[in-house]
Formats: sequence, structure tokens, C-alpha cells
Amino acid sequence: MTERTIIDMASIPRLAPHMRLRHDKARAQWTIQAPERSFVLDPVAHAIVSRCDGAARLDAVVADLCTAFPDAPRDVIEKDVVALVQNFVDKSVMQA
Amino acid sequence: MTALEPPLALLAELTHRCPLQCPYCSNPLALEKAANEMPTADWLRAINEAAELGCLQVHFSGGEPTVRRDLEQLIAGATAAGLYTNLITSGVALDAGRLAALIAAGLEHVQLSFQDSGAEIGERIGGYQGAHAKKLATARLVRDAGLPLTANFVVHRQNLHHLTEMVDMAVAIGAHRAEIANVQYYGWALKNRAALMPSRAQLEEMTTTVAAARARLEGVLVIDYVVPDYYARRPKSCMGGWGRRFLNISPSGKVLPCHAAESLEGMAFDNVRQRSLADIWLRSEAFNRFRGTDWMPEPCKSCDRKEIDWGGCRCQAFAITGDAARTDPACGLSEDHARLVELAAGEAEAAADGFVYRRYGAAG
Repeated sequence: MTERTIIDMASIPRLAPHMRLRHDKARAQWTIQAPERSFVLDPVAHAIVSRCDGAARLDAVVADLCTAFPDAPRDVIEKDVVALVQNFVDKSVMQA
Repeated sequence: MTALEPPLALLAELTHRCPLQCPYCSNPLALEKAANEMPTADWLRAINEAAELGCLQVHFSGGEPTVRRDLEQLIAGATAAGLYTNLITSGVALDAGRLAALIAAGLEHVQLSFQDSGAEIGERIGGYQGAHAKKLATARLVRDAGLPLTANFVVHRQNLHHLTEMVDMAVAIGAHRAEIANVQYYGWALKNRAALMPSRAQLEEMTTTVAAARARLEGVLVIDYVVPDYYARRPKSCMGGWGRRFLNISPSGKVLPCHAAESLEGMAFDNVRQRSLADIWLRSEAFNRFRGTDWMPEPCKSCDRKEIDWGGCRCQAFAITGDAARTDPACGLSEDHARLVELAAGEAEAAADGFVYRRYGAAG
């Protein structure tokens, strides 16, 4: 990996190998366990990450989230999803 | 004080045995003998207790943890308990077969230490000829197996001129993350401080180099950078606060709030073979001694950063002033700060380069 991956609606992201989506029972929250760090996922972040399965394109993920969160405008969802996935890809937590 | 939270991670220091002899080793000066190391069953019980208590990760460290023949069993136990597993290794004693066994047991990540970007200085620091090539081979094995890799570089006056080469090497070996950590001066490093301490100008140059590398390598390499706190304005949030986030278990089973805590003379630490981890975390005298903010002296007590840095580092306060309950001298508000900075600058300028190597019995 020597170049930055840029995320757009055609990306097909998933968790990188050895990144684990784990429920933290002691603190009642979802997390990603990553090398020497742990990312706490709020309910929105969990909704996004859990849909990035390495099969769905990001536009399909956004469409699914629009159904799940009908009160949120599509452009806001799209922006949030790209920002979150780009951030996790930059940190090698996700791949696309 | 807010309600006591469970720990996030366990640092399991399985052994103090190590083929390397780095003069800044974070192990205590009084190294634990192999005969005093906890047996497999006790480690497995401790690991399970850590998971029950709320830990999410376990870092297997040492010494060199791969010298323990039961490492596979311990990783398997941690994985079964739901813990995310990390191996912190020098990489000089790991072949393809062993690594495959560790991965089959559930290993998720390897942090591999380098003493420099090249063999010459690196092997002088580690006191082990041939180490560099072995480390590079281990890096290849880890990446070929698809495991994420962190390259760890401890930096100091004798290798900091290679900082750019270290970062480039981390990228070249396929690391996802580089940890550039200035030496923290306790134990062996304190003993060797005169040979390691950088000057303030060198520190500023390092910080500029790291910032440039981060910008250049965004999305390619994550760089974690630990500054030498002798030159800081405010102290580090050591361990995220005493007894707040981390547990350390020594090779013999002593439960410590941080890996350097045994340097605090006069403190007694409970052993996980005699008392449950939960009981030690919640109720032991050692864990409650510097927990929260009630123990703090001035100027910490009335400082608006007291719940940011938690008073800094107790081991540093003890190492410099002889009193673990004093304000961390790394803080610019400490009465001892000017003396600390003067001491660092003087040692950097004197430029001694001899080491007391980390060996059994070498501390005297």
C-alpha cells in the first residue's frame, strides 16, 4: 500500500483484515478493535460500518441507510458516510 | 470522583528474558528470573479475569514474549475470552512455522521493534549481531501472512538523524503504522540517559520531520509520535491516568498500573496468584494510591488540566525528586521543572555515548 485510496459512491468498502467489530458488554457499546487502538462506534457509525460488507457499493449502503433513517436528508447521509469511511480507510481500519 | 471504569487493556509481560539488550529497556532494573515466571495455567486464569473485568485487548510483551513456549496457548486463551491480541516482539526469534502457529491461535497484530533504520547502529543499540536482517525477515513473514504490522522505533540522540529513513523503511516493509517513540527515562533508560538524551534543537527538528512525514504519507502510514517529555510544557497523560485504563502483569504475576511502576520504591503490588484481578483493580492500595485527583498536590490540585493529564507520570516524579506524589517535573508549573530541563540540556551537550546494557545483573 503506497497510495491513498479515495472513497466515492462506487467504492466497495469493508473492514480490513484483522479489524474486528465487537460489542463491548462492559460499556454497552459497539467498537472496532484494531491494532493497539479501539474505536467506539456511536449508533450511526455502527449502522454505516455494519453495512460495509465488501459486497455492497457505497451508493447501495447510502440507499439502505436512507430507508433505515427516513428523517435524514440523503445528501447529509452521503456526506457522513464518505467522511467516516474515508477516515477509517486512511487509518487502515477499512479497505475499499 | 466519577465512577470507576473497567480497564481497557492488559499488558501481559510474560517474561523478562530477551535476546536483545537495549539500554532503554522498559523492564525494571531487577529483572525477573525465568524460574519466577508464572506458569501457563495462572496466565490463562489472569487473562480470563481481565476479559471478565472489561478489557478488550491484550498485549503480549516482555522481555521477548516468543521465548515463552506456551505463547500459542495464551493467545488461544485470550482469543476464546474475546480479547483482541497483539504481539510486541523484537522479531529475532520468530520463524515461519512459529508465526503460523501464533496466527492459528488467533493472533491479530504484530508490533515489531527496530533499534534503527540500519544494521550498524541498530545492532550496537540492541547488542545483538545479525538482528536487523532477522527483523526484516520477520516483517516479511507478518505481511505475507496478511497480518497488520506496526513498526516501532525508539528514538534518541544516537539514532534520531535517521528519522526519515525509519519512516521510509516502515512504508517499505508494508507497515500500516509506525510508532516513533522518544525514550522515556525510567529504569534502564534513566541509567543511560546521558547517552540518549537529545537536545531541544534536535527535538524540534524531529517534530518537524514527523509533521512533514505525516502530511506526505496520509492514508499510507499512520505515525504515532511520542515526544521526550523533559522538554514539554505540560506532562503526558501517563497511562491515561493511574489505574484508569490499563493493567500490567509482570512475569511473576505482580499487577501494576504501568510497566515502570516497580521503580517506585516503597510501594507494594498485589500478585494475581494471590488475589483476583477485579479485587486488585477495584480495591488494592496500589491502584487507589494515585487514582483520580484526590491525591494531588498543588499546583495539580487546582489545575484545569488535572483531568486531562492526571498529574502526569508518578515514576518520573519519583525518578527525579524521590517523591512519587510530587507534581511531574515534566510540567512547566513544577518547581522541579527548570532543574529537569537544565539536566537534559547538559547531558545532550556532553554527548557521552557509552551504554550500560540491559542484562541480568548489569544494573549493579
